[in-house]
Amino acid sequence: MALLLGAISIGIAFLYGCVGEIITEKSGHLNLGIPGIMSFGAAGGCMAVSIWMSWFPQPNGFTGALMIFFAIVIAMLFAATLGALYSFLTVSLRCNQNVTGLAITTFGVGFTMFLMEGVVDRTMFATASTFFTASLPFAGALGWFGEIFFSHGVMTYLAIAIAIISSWVLNKTRVGLNLRAVGENPATADAAGINVTAYKYVATCIGSGIAGLGGLYYIMDNLSGSWEYGIEAIGWLAIALVIFTMWRPNLSILGAFLFGGLYIAAEFITGVSFSDKALLKLLPYVVTIIVLIITSVIGKKETQPPAALGLPYFREER
Amino acid sequence: MSNAVKAVKEPLFHIEKRASLPAWKAWAIRGGALLVALVVSCILSGLFLGGNPFAFFSSVFSGAFGTSTRINTLLKELSLLLCVSLAVVPAFKMKFWNLGANGQILAGCIATTACMIYLNGVVPPAVLYILMFVSAILAGAIWAVIPAIFKAIWNTNESLFTLMMNYIAEGLVAFFLTLWATDGSGTLNPIKDAMLPKIGGEDFILPLIVAIVLTAAMYIYMRFTKHGYEISVVGESENTAKYVGINVKKVVIRTLIVSGALCGLVGCLLSGAINGNISTSMHDGMGFTAIMVAWLAKFNPAIMAVMAFVVIFVERGAAFASRQMGVTNSAFPSIVTGIIFFFVIACEFFIEYKLKFRSKKKGGNE
Amino acid sequence: MEKTVALEMRKVSKYFGEVIANKDVDLTVYQGEILAILGENGSGKTTLMNMIAGIYYPDEGQVFVRGEEVLIRSPHDAFAQGIGMIHQHFKLVDVFTAAQNIVLGVNDGKKYKLSDINARVQEIADKYGFHIDPKKKIYEMSVSEKQTVEIVKVLYRGADILILDEPTAVLTPQETQKLFAVLKKMKEDGKSIIIITHKLHEVLSVSDRVAVLRKGEYIGSVETKGATELSLTEMMVGRKVELNIERSEPKDVKDRLVVTGLHCKNRDGVEMLNDVSFVARSGEILGVAGIAGSGQRELLEAIAGLQHLESGEILYHDPVSEQEVNLRDKTPLQIRELGVRLSFVPEDRLGMGLVGNMDIVDNMMLRSYRKGKSFFVDRKKPQTLAETIIEELEVATPGVHTPVRRLSGGNVQKVLVGREIAASPKVLMAAYPVRGLDINSSYTIYNLLNKQKENGVAVIFVGEDLDVLIDLCDRILVIGGGRVTGVVDARTTTKEEIGLLMTKSDSIGEIKAEEQTEGAENE
Repeated sequence: MALLLGAISIGIAFLYGCVGEIITEKSGHLNLGIPGIMSFGAAGGCMAVSIWMSWFPQPNGFTGALMIFFAIVIAMLFAATLGALYSFLTVSLRCNQNVTGLAITTFGVGFTMFLMEGVVDRTMFATASTFFTASLPFAGALGWFGEIFFSHGVMTYLAIAIAIISSWVLNKTRVGLNLRAVGENPATADAAGINVTAYKYVATCIGSGIAGLGGLYYIMDNLSGSWEYGIEAIGWLAIALVIFTMWRPNLSILGAFLFGGLYIAAEFITGVSFSDKALLKLLPYVVTIIVLIITSVIGKKETQPPAALGLPYFREER
Repeated sequence: MSNAVKAVKEPLFHIEKRASLPAWKAWAIRGGALLVALVVSCILSGLFLGGNPFAFFSSVFSGAFGTSTRINTLLKELSLLLCVSLAVVPAFKMKFWNLGANGQILAGCIATTACMIYLNGVVPPAVLYILMFVSAILAGAIWAVIPAIFKAIWNTNESLFTLMMNYIAEGLVAFFLTLWATDGSGTLNPIKDAMLPKIGGEDFILPLIVAIVLTAAMYIYMRFTKHGYEISVVGESENTAKYVGINVKKVVIRTLIVSGALCGLVGCLLSGAINGNISTSMHDGMGFTAIMVAWLAKFNPAIMAVMAFVVIFVERGAAFASRQMGVTNSAFPSIVTGIIFFFVIACEFFIEYKLKFRSKKKGGNE
Repeated sequence: MEKTVALEMRKVSKYFGEVIANKDVDLTVYQGEILAILGENGSGKTTLMNMIAGIYYPDEGQVFVRGEEVLIRSPHDAFAQGIGMIHQHFKLVDVFTAAQNIVLGVNDGKKYKLSDINARVQEIADKYGFHIDPKKKIYEMSVSEKQTVEIVKVLYRGADILILDEPTAVLTPQETQKLFAVLKKMKEDGKSIIIITHKLHEVLSVSDRVAVLRKGEYIGSVETKGATELSLTEMMVGRKVELNIERSEPKDVKDRLVVTGLHCKNRDGVEMLNDVSFVARSGEILGVAGIAGSGQRELLEAIAGLQHLESGEILYHDPVSEQEVNLRDKTPLQIRELGVRLSFVPEDRLGMGLVGNMDIVDNMMLRSYRKGKSFFVDRKKPQTLAETIIEELEVATPGVHTPVRRLSGGNVQKVLVGREIAASPKVLMAAYPVRGLDINSSYTIYNLLNKQKENGVAVIFVGEDLDVLIDLCDRILVIGGGRVTGVVDARTTTKEEIGLLMTKSDSIGEIKAEEQTEGAENE
């Protein structure tokens, strides 16, 4: 039970990053800057929280809710800014995506460190965090059922909602169809009158914004407001999760919980040695590699990465 | 309907691919970008940390070159980064996105440390040293060849695979630390008596020698050997390679063995010559930084040396400068490195393409 | 009848670096007509049309649609003007269904519901007489099905000016007939159709007017009614061209390559070669004719050791050792190591035959770099070879260290053919060696092939221009749908005979052909 709750709790952080990255990758951009972007989103969100707490040191239900909203908006804004920088470099200037992504991660993690240690006042985070983790009012009344489904903070439900909405948008709407076409074959999309550049920018920025929420969630909900440099690792795992779920946001909800379970399993299994626990922590990565191998061996078109992933697009290329 | 487009202004400029640009001009653009990046980061630093940018700049210099110890450290880190950058070159030239240098370095570290722990005193020091090297090289090569094999046979996405291999390597280091650090602290004390001898009493000399030798060797390997030629052909066009009878699978696997082996060698230097122990973050992200260094230098070993120098100079200098201003963490070096990378990455655009501002002649407008 | 101008271009120019693609082109298209744009390869037809379709942006000049000046900066703008282009290389997303591809990029305010879209697609198809399955995925489709999707895609957007870039290049004659019938229906519906082609008989059979481009410039336009193949050719090439390829009698003819019962499948499991057998003889040029994609590529690649064969044998008779070697399932390297002197000029020059970013010397090395036991490469001999080829074949290049991608098409081909011949082959295979080349370069290549033939080489020439095949080759192997449909003597055959053989593909093709004739009789 505790394992399940823990898995859900950490899994949500993966889920944000994963859905954000899926949206970005669907536009044909392998954004290795996600770890940096998640960190930066966390920094933005935390900054918003600390500012809010300085305005309302004792927030009530209403100002608390507003604080969450404010933090979410700012976190998304911060993350999307880095996403925009990434898009500018890779879309407009057609720089190499891998190299740019890694530079974004370096920069984002560094800047986050600077903000969190030099600028943001973290003293009130524990109080603020209680608003993030507050469970739905009727959770307690429903026993174990309530605990599993209703005991989580608001950002948990937001993540699941975003994943479901993303899945719906990608598969059931015009916008989603167009976006997938951009990632599969930008020349085709362009010839069909789709503004490829705009789609790539918007997808990357929205994806980054969503990923940034993962950072905020990790600090404020999963870690209950204590600061830690673990976001980068979460970001890389989120990228792994994208592969694991074969670019499907709805599947990534379950995938995130599974990864979450594997991530924390070591702490819950009693009677194993320290060293075995260290090995257990490897599981998500090993599982991802196995999925990667299996999908590439089967080679079914529908389970492959977007065909134009990682390639720049220049219309007048001859 | 027909007026919809007419109302829109014609584009201010549009982008064209350059036919070619003289090499000196290309490098001048890159140099210029670097300079702008440095100026921008100094101004930013001044703004963020308070104080004037010139003072910051001078403290960057003193942080990098101020004392002989600082110069030694600079040279040591420069050599290591350059070695890793050289290691990733063959794979990248082949368009194999090896993002797993970090893991390959750690694999080398694990092998070296294992030798130091289990064989110290068992075999004569000379044999131990050789075994440390050999096992590290083998470990790095194995770590790189696993994704290469899958790439060669099933075209498994190598950038994602190698990325995952980094974390498995880190996890394995954590695992071995639980075995080796018997006090349960998770950190290992340096095994001083098993370390490689310090040449000239300084720990930067061995890496420096390795880096110099590797630079020359890699230049020759890529430019003058049949292997290097095959790597270029495979990287440019896999179809051509098959057409002339190059066994692409073999070349991919062989090249990744070379790449991984060199990363393993760096691992040996890190564990065996510099630190005497092992930790999960011993690679210090060099695998990623090296990718950027190699890419931005267009895989030219001499330019890579310059790029590696710039990066290390900025990292060391900025770290010192921010310490001076009371910031103790490694935030600033990362930010400044990031900014430099952004500028140098972005300038490639102006080398590949040119902006053409419009001045359309109106024809038939009487 | 008063004709309404649908589209007009005035003084439109486009440059790619120093290359002039189009210069001061004027072009008028009327409503309800089929305009053929005629021009040799590289005359700037496609570039010109791409400017109307929004793929390229003109450097100079104006475009008018229905009398109003417009700026077409993107395909989106083109669609807004009711202009749609069907590209030669289909622009379709493989993992999408036909309907998803058709609706891609459309924003008509209607709700996005696939079942509605499928129905609307079917409706358009029925109106003009297409066969289409809206739910089929593109990667499961044949070329002609894909083309149908492209056309429906443009119609779905309500385009009334349709541009088709070489639409018949990939079709069988029957499919071409069907396409033309559809085009005529659309014309009657009031649509303007521009068709890019270099096949004269098609121009004459389908178009109302012909506009001719030569070397990027607009030469003029004529009514199809008064035109003949000869008059159009004159406009197209600017001077009378008699194909005057010298052809010597084959000497010392011996079987060099005996191919029996080849079967091979492509990556998607589609059968590309079906029981192909033939003999290539020394001192002879064997032509291979067929509609594009009938298995020519697979055939050559199979011989060169680049295709896995399901079954069949490729026997090489070594003229020196008088021994027989089976090349089946050997790698190119193994073939070379067996002493088989086989040269291959592939269709995709810069993607397969050469490395675009490498200089001429390094490209010379591709075939020979392995020589010797040394770990290092030798660049001296390749350099000499490069210099010789540049001189003898008159390759226009700044030097031996120029990357080949900077050379023009003809020079690239000279470098490639020169290298392949330098290996003094016993079998020389060339796939479309004059595609995209100007006339002079083409003749250089013909002469080179002839010289090889006189030297006793077995030459296999895969071509698309039937006139060239008939004038250059000794025998012509015709393939259709992966089968050998006939071998004819080039000296006595006619274009009609070859054309007939080309269309005689597999059983399915025959059924289609029957349907076609029945349909024609009913009309």
